[in-house]
Amino acid sequence: MEWLLALVIGVLTSTGVYLTLRARTFPVVLGLTMLAYGVNVFLFSMGRLTIGHPAVIDPAVGTYSDPLPQAFVLTAIVIAFGMTAFLIVLALKARCELDNDHVDGLDLAKDELPLEKSHMTNEQKQQATLIQQESKE
Amino acid sequence: MTSITSNLPIVTLLPFIGAIVAAWASSFNRLASAGVAAAVTILALVLLAPVMAPVFAGETLIQSWSWIPAIGLEFAFRLDGLALLFAILILGIGLLVIIYARYYLSAKDCMGRFFAYLLMFMGSMLGIVLSENLLQLLVFWELTSLSSFLLISYWQHRKDAREGAVMALVITGGGGLSLLAGVLLLGNIVGSYNLSDVLAAGDLVRSHELYLPVLVLILIGVFTKSAQFPFHFWLPHAMAAPTPVSAYLHSATMVKAGIFLLARFFPVLSGTAEWSWLVGGAGLITLLLGAYMALFKHDIKGLLAYSTISHLGLITLLFGFGVQLAAVAAIFHIINHATFKASLFMVAGIIDHETGSRDMRKLNGLFKYMPHTAVLAIIASSAMAGVPLLNGFLSKEMFFEQTLMATSETALIWVVPVLVTLAAIFAVAYSLRFIHDVFFNGEPIDLPKTPHEPPRFMKIPVDLLVLLCLAVGIIPMIVVAPILEVAVASSLQAAPPKYSLAIWHGFNIPLMMSILALVLGVVVYMFRERLFAWHERRIADLDARIIYHFIFNSITKLANNITRSFDKGSLQNAIAWIIGTAFVAGMIGFMSVTSPVLGQRELLPIDGVSMLAAVVIIIASMMTVILNQQRLVAVVMVGVVGLIVSLIFVKFSAPDLALTQLSVEIVTIVLLLLALYFLPQTSPKEIGRLRISRDVFISVISGVGVMILSMAVMTRDFTPISDFFLTNAVPGGGGTNVVNVILVDFRGTDNLGEIVVLALAGLGIYALLQGLKLYAPVRDENGLKWTEDNHPQIMQTLTRLLFPLMLMVAVFIFIRGHNLPGGGFIAGLIAAVALIVQYLANGIAWTAERLKIEMHKVIGMGLLIATVTGLVAMGLGYPFLTTTYTYLTWPVVGKFEVASAIAFDLGVFLVVVGSTVMSLVQLGKLSDASHKQQQQQQELK
Repeated sequence: MEWLLALVIGVLTSTGVYLTLRARTFPVVLGLTMLAYGVNVFLFSMGRLTIGHPAVIDPAVGTYSDPLPQAFVLTAIVIAFGMTAFLIVLALKARCELDNDHVDGLDLAKDELPLEKSHMTNEQKQQATLIQQESKE
Repeated sequence: MTSITSNLPIVTLLPFIGAIVAAWASSFNRLASAGVAAAVTILALVLLAPVMAPVFAGETLIQSWSWIPAIGLEFAFRLDGLALLFAILILGIGLLVIIYARYYLSAKDCMGRFFAYLLMFMGSMLGIVLSENLLQLLVFWELTSLSSFLLISYWQHRKDAREGAVMALVITGGGGLSLLAGVLLLGNIVGSYNLSDVLAAGDLVRSHELYLPVLVLILIGVFTKSAQFPFHFWLPHAMAAPTPVSAYLHSATMVKAGIFLLARFFPVLSGTAEWSWLVGGAGLITLLLGAYMALFKHDIKGLLAYSTISHLGLITLLFGFGVQLAAVAAIFHIINHATFKASLFMVAGIIDHETGSRDMRKLNGLFKYMPHTAVLAIIASSAMAGVPLLNGFLSKEMFFEQTLMATSETALIWVVPVLVTLAAIFAVAYSLRFIHDVFFNGEPIDLPKTPHEPPRFMKIPVDLLVLLCLAVGIIPMIVVAPILEVAVASSLQAAPPKYSLAIWHGFNIPLMMSILALVLGVVVYMFRERLFAWHERRIADLDARIIYHFIFNSITKLANNITRSFDKGSLQNAIAWIIGTAFVAGMIGFMSVTSPVLGQRELLPIDGVSMLAAVVIIIASMMTVILNQQRLVAVVMVGVVGLIVSLIFVKFSAPDLALTQLSVEIVTIVLLLLALYFLPQTSPKEIGRLRISRDVFISVISGVGVMILSMAVMTRDFTPISDFFLTNAVPGGGGTNVVNVILVDFRGTDNLGEIVVLALAGLGIYALLQGLKLYAPVRDENGLKWTEDNHPQIMQTLTRLLFPLMLMVAVFIFIRGHNLPGGGFIAGLIAAVALIVQYLANGIAWTAERLKIEMHKVIGMGLLIATVTGLVAMGLGYPFLTTTYTYLTWPVVGKFEVASAIAFDLGVFLVVVGSTVMSLVQLGKLSDASHKQQQQQQELK
């Protein structure tokens, strides 16, 4: 089971890191969210894994999971939310001020291709052109 | 004296409180802040009055409280003669400056800001002179640098004010760091940071091998603050400040802070050859340089600035002689310089105020327009020149005498007296220029305003100061002798030597030097035109500022280049460096351990459901990455990951975490969707193969690293400290849910910090979104129109029905939190979700009409409740946030337990609800506003 959880932590971390290194603000925010999941589970696992013994005092039981990492992770989850919210609003502000969502304020970086509507079906494309014509008129 | 045991800290802190009141008062009436400032200053003087008598009797008052004993930091104040002299100067001249500034500032200057800064500065200066503990003194020292920065840059719209302020901050702030190092060494040598101990350890310090570094470091602090060569150049640039500031900072206070330290440390550091050369050398150069430069400044404030530098050099030189009689002359000159220079700056301000110019080439013949001011200026200027019957004459005579005495047995027997006389000649010349060029010498040349006398209250402070100059000059024994006596005694830490304040000492060499200076000064002034021309040709372009700018720019450039070479101006590179560094640090950790990576702890068996969950979370994570350019899909995938994470917490016995994660997940996804609406729906395709492979590499190695690290930990047994919490949760905290008891009780202060962060994030979001205008897209990225059915009927009905139920769940979770999984955080999130659902389903206008609570107030209330809970415990004599509990028996409900921690948890609850709802509703409002705009546009069509 430990291997499984370690693998999950590893995957969460690497996806988080990869997305954090992206050039557009939204994936960066997603990346930090993923990284926060990874970090939270990692911190939680520092108390070792226990199945079926929550840290609620019950004289009949006697063994409990480690409550201290849990308390820390609980606040960490809430703070991570606060940070995500702040970052996403910062991204909105940047978009508003710079008119683009690149982390360095570029319209199109050297290693990016301009947006294409490649994933539309033909029917959708026709519809879209129609609507555009309407609005021009 | 038993009734007054803590007036010194009150006197010091009073101006800081006054600063807040003054800033606040100005919002009602701009003149009220001047009143507050004056009242605070008078109150400080009154509070100081009862302890003056013992100080005049030679006592030293010390009032101290333990602060951080481990590093030798005490909250300790000291009042002796020297401190009293400076405190009187700071408060007395401060009061006059406040009255003067009230009339000086124009209607468009913000009075509240000015007087708040001025009071802050006054408090910092009082802190320096009244501190017994040296570390505490340093704190106030830095505060003077900061508050003087604010004062010099008071006219923020002016470039010269901003530059002058930055220069003053860089020089004096840098000197402050050096002083810090010097004082730390000094305290280390002595073994105490208390002035009483340091002053008693002079012999130990002087014979210590670190004496020279200590001396140099402290002197750099002193010289930068007191504008001594080679750090003198910031002072003339600080003249961009409003003139009351110059009158205060550059006559009596800020620049005297360095001089004060010279007087303070005189018994500890002086008496060595190093002291004489460094202090005396800097003083002599500054004296000459300042006196020379002052003559060639056409700006009257520039003249006064260099003259101040010169007089500070004179005082420093006197201390540099290192003998007791010279110290007497130095302290005497501190008093005299403060009085005549403050009045001269005020006169300069009056002239500027009433004529609109400070250029002496335009200002001529003002005597007949403002005779009263002219008389005051003539007297103060004569005092500066050292004319008999004025205070400047007395201290200058003493200075000449000391110069002769101190150098009589050295090789410099004639060099120093000659140079000093030369400086005195220039002093006479520039003082004469201030009188003749401004008030006589023909008619004014195209001044912006017709000159006239200033308002009466602008002159009264000058009247008083000039009167003091005369009084000290004519009857010194009555006016100045007592305070000088005790100030000297406490500076020297010994009985003062015999000295005489008589006006007439008979025909002696000092008198000859005075007469020579007066006569030759007049001659130099008469030939000024030729001197000016020569100066313009040869000297005027030499300016220490050029060197300063060169050094400043080079350092900035170097720092920029280093930063640039790492991140190349891109956030992506910066993040890659951070993660790379973390990885390297982790590798070093792995390398330094010799035991096997995995430990011996028995592993738990894997079951099918867990396997399945792991597969799902891994696939969802991968999909998030692969589909990250399709942002909506990516958000859905993140949601899946979050849900599985909460299942992980369920599986491994953490129900509180599972509940928190679940509710946070919902809020996060709603938030991301709201924001995504305003952002591009897709990211551009990346084609930089190098960057992608680099990023894949970094992310894979960090993932593998973290995986091995967590495996290494999880396979090892350990003894947790949690047994303490498990055994004490019920008897100590009165709750069976240990996680919640830790949060609200054992680690309550931590938690208080956390909710403050959350509250700040919420308020920060609110502030960021203020005035933000984003246009909602009419279509998605495929060009398809968004639906206009914003609030579907079925959802509306359903959510309204569910709302009370959701709130009930929140209340239930909150109340049971202390004993079973739940608590303030989770309940807060659930309540927030309940509210947000209403906003989503029914629209903001509908909900806002029914929910008339401002979320700011909810946040504030939450923080208040949480803090007050802690303070109540303190009030009852327990440590902050100590909790208690008791059992109550109610009919029907039966016996139940009430813990005071629930009040703290209520605070947590409110902050979580407030911050969460505020963030989301603000974002929602944004889209609401942009929709309305669209509708209006359509209606117009």
